[in-house]
Amino acid sequence: MATKKFMYLNRRSSFGTVYAIESLEVVLIAAAFEQDVSLAFMDDGVYQIVEGQNTDGIGMKNFSKTFHALGDYDINKLYVSKESLEERGLSESDLMPLVYEDEDDDWAEKSSVKVVTNEELKAIMSEQDVCLSF
Amino acid sequence: MAQICGAEVDEEGFLVDLKDWNKDICIQMAKDDEVELTEEHWGVIDFLRDYFEEYQIAPAVRVLTKAIAKKMGKDKGNSKYLYSLFPYGPGKQGCRFAGLPKPTGCI
Repeated sequence: MATKKFMYLNRRSSFGTVYAIESLEVVLIAAAFEQDVSLAFMDDGVYQIVEGQNTDGIGMKNFSKTFHALGDYDINKLYVSKESLEERGLSESDLMPLVYEDEDDDWAEKSSVKVVTNEELKAIMSEQDVCLSF
Repeated sequence: MAQICGAEVDEEGFLVDLKDWNKDICIQMAKDDEVELTEEHWGVIDFLRDYFEEYQIAPAVRVLTKAIAKKMGKDKGNSKYLYSLFPYGPGKQGCRFAGLPKPTGCI
């Protein structure tokens, strides 16, 4: 089967709508098909991977923990819009330390998160075969 | 709805409320599947429960195999070993025994 480049674009915050959790579910299912998968976070979507989320007060599953499993699913390209972070007073240090182990580099632990400008993100998007927006 | 040891299960036998899980339920599920649980089964079941606690998902078989190899060694982290313990699939059957939901991406 030919490999296609899939990008999942996340533009909404974690809770309040089902978009974020549905996107993550689709990503995990897609991972089973061994495609080239990347995720992008822009607008309120950047809140999805902010460190220290707590859902105790809203009675929902804290699925932010699941992002830590993505490395094991060979999903290690998480692009975050620099402008979207800045507009919300956030920086890379506010995000969860999401990592993967590089098979080709003696399983060294590397960061999956890459902060990019919207201009760079546009270029990455144009390389994709499929782009799904949530 | 069907019940096991007083706990509700769905049409595929997975616990409806994950908090209901206890060892008696697990043993009863295994008995219904004609599987006798050994220390080796419990090793995988404990692993699955820890994995769920940490990541909030039931791992796909491929990921489970890799993760077990890392934590428990290559002699256990392979599908032959895992299928010998859980003939209906370490993901599907193992997760059910462990009280987890059906693995995401289980196809």
